[in-house]
Amino acid sequence: MITAHAVGKRFGDFVALHDVDLEVPDGSLTALLGPSGSGKSTLLRVIAGLETPDTGRVEIHGRDVTHVPPQRRGIGFVFQHYAAFKHMTVRENVAFGLRIRRRPRAETTARVDELLGIVGLSGYAARYPSQLSGGQRQRMALARALAVAPKVLLLDEPFGALDANVRAELREWLRRLHEQVDVTTVLVTHDQEEAMAIADRIVVVNDGRVEQVGSAREIYDRPANHFVMGFLGPVTRLGGSLVRPHDVAIAGGLNGSGNGDGRRATVLRVVHLGFEVRVELELDDGEQASVQLARGEADQLAVEVGDTVAVRATRAPALSA
Amino acid sequence: MTVARPWRLGLRALALGYLGALLLVPVGLVFYRTFEGGLGEVWASVTTPAAVSAFWLTVTVAAIAVPLNTVLGVVCALALVRGRSRGRALLDLVIDLPFAVSPIVIGLSLILVFGAGGWIELPFQVIFSTPGIVLATTFVSLPFVVREVVPVLREVGEEQEQAAATLGASRWQAFWRITLPSIRFGIVYGTILSVARAIGEFGAVSVVSGRISGETETLTLLVEKRFNNFDLAGAYAASTVLALIAVATLLALTLVKPRQETSS
Repeated sequence: MITAHAVGKRFGDFVALHDVDLEVPDGSLTALLGPSGSGKSTLLRVIAGLETPDTGRVEIHGRDVTHVPPQRRGIGFVFQHYAAFKHMTVRENVAFGLRIRRRPRAETTARVDELLGIVGLSGYAARYPSQLSGGQRQRMALARALAVAPKVLLLDEPFGALDANVRAELREWLRRLHEQVDVTTVLVTHDQEEAMAIADRIVVVNDGRVEQVGSAREIYDRPANHFVMGFLGPVTRLGGSLVRPHDVAIAGGLNGSGNGDGRRATVLRVVHLGFEVRVELELDDGEQASVQLARGEADQLAVEVGDTVAVRATRAPALSA
Repeated sequence: MTVARPWRLGLRALALGYLGALLLVPVGLVFYRTFEGGLGEVWASVTTPAAVSAFWLTVTVAAIAVPLNTVLGVVCALALVRGRSRGRALLDLVIDLPFAVSPIVIGLSLILVFGAGGWIELPFQVIFSTPGIVLATTFVSLPFVVREVVPVLREVGEEQEQAAATLGASRWQAFWRITLPSIRFGIVYGTILSVARAIGEFGAVSVVSGRISGETETLTLLVEKRFNNFDLAGAYAASTVLALIAVATLLALTLVKPRQETSS
């Protein structure tokens, strides 16, 4: 378990963390999710010991580490821009932690070979970081962090500098790795899709505070406040409540007298986005709303600009506006 | 930016002409004049007791001043770039003093501080003796390593050191294994400049040394003395020795070849 008790941190006048409390259960893969400048990276760096908090306490496995330097916290850390040791080969990079610990040479070699195998860089041991792609460098950085078998693995936007397809691939790979290795993982990201895809617990951070903690499903379906709701996905306003655009149903054929349930609305725009269709509406009270339909559904309804339709929420609204 | 071909050639000719007129022609002439009278004469002129003493004094002074400035220079650069103390702005200013102040003034101020009746009395003689020459040389060549290493340190950034810390390295280990290898080319280049300045220093050394032939006379002082005594051939020969020391340093340090990581 990693615990932060009332951790506060300022940089000059800027308050990065307002007395943050956090608990990360052993063996979990927890994502710290928030916009840039929210304090999520600072929180991770405080856990790592790369920043010292102004107030509060950090514990790792019950030990107060608030004033313990990073090298004695038993952590692995992965940086957004890899922090590869440029003057060392891939093998020397991965072996670094073991050599600092003066492990026997044979053990180090065997361990490095094993890790290079796990991260798929076996053929690259003699290369220098400048000869690797971004994805390969980040896998090397992961192997380097894991070589000393840390109990805690901390990743600061690890896929942020990578192409979209490499990012998706590494994300899956990290998830599998987390299941294979006995480690508590904390990942910082500003990408809600990444957090939901990979983490079993999400901590939403905003403006130096923790807004909500829960599984992807919990925070998506039952957001604690407007910020969490808006940060996790698109939101539309419908009759005084906030709902997800895909939680709104449309019934057509109301060009005559109004019958059936729901509110009347006029179609302003229909946007085809491939697998989904977005319908922009103006409600009878003049407010605008947006509805997301699956393509089949939209084809069946055949709504067109100017049609009058009935709309209603298909789920209880998460929040009132 | 693209420049038309005639312009490009013109600029190139100008740059080479400038370099040639200011540097290559005069230095080439010195070499030419040196060997004009034959090798035997040159050899005789650079092996007089005064010349041999001047050679060793110059080498000794550089051998003390340059390593001192290299170590202190790296420490100062680290303090400037990685330090958090408020004194950094002041340190930044002070380091450039030797660039800003004339070497003669530096020499005179050293006499005020360490000379007879000066502020500081040491049990051994400083002024008109080797320690004074070392002090003056150290002072004038102080900024080179700092000024070369600071931008490299900024460029390299702190992340690799932090990564080393999370992997279990102490500050000292991170410095030796990560920081030092990343800044080594800055150090090498700064050292080359320091050596050039140290062996070539004239003004400050001329004030504090007392110019005792065979004792406190460096090669540059010997060149000037011979020149003033109308011994032109001797002055040229001593100049050539100075130039050869510089070339030897340059060669020795370029042997620290860039490795793979800077090639791409």
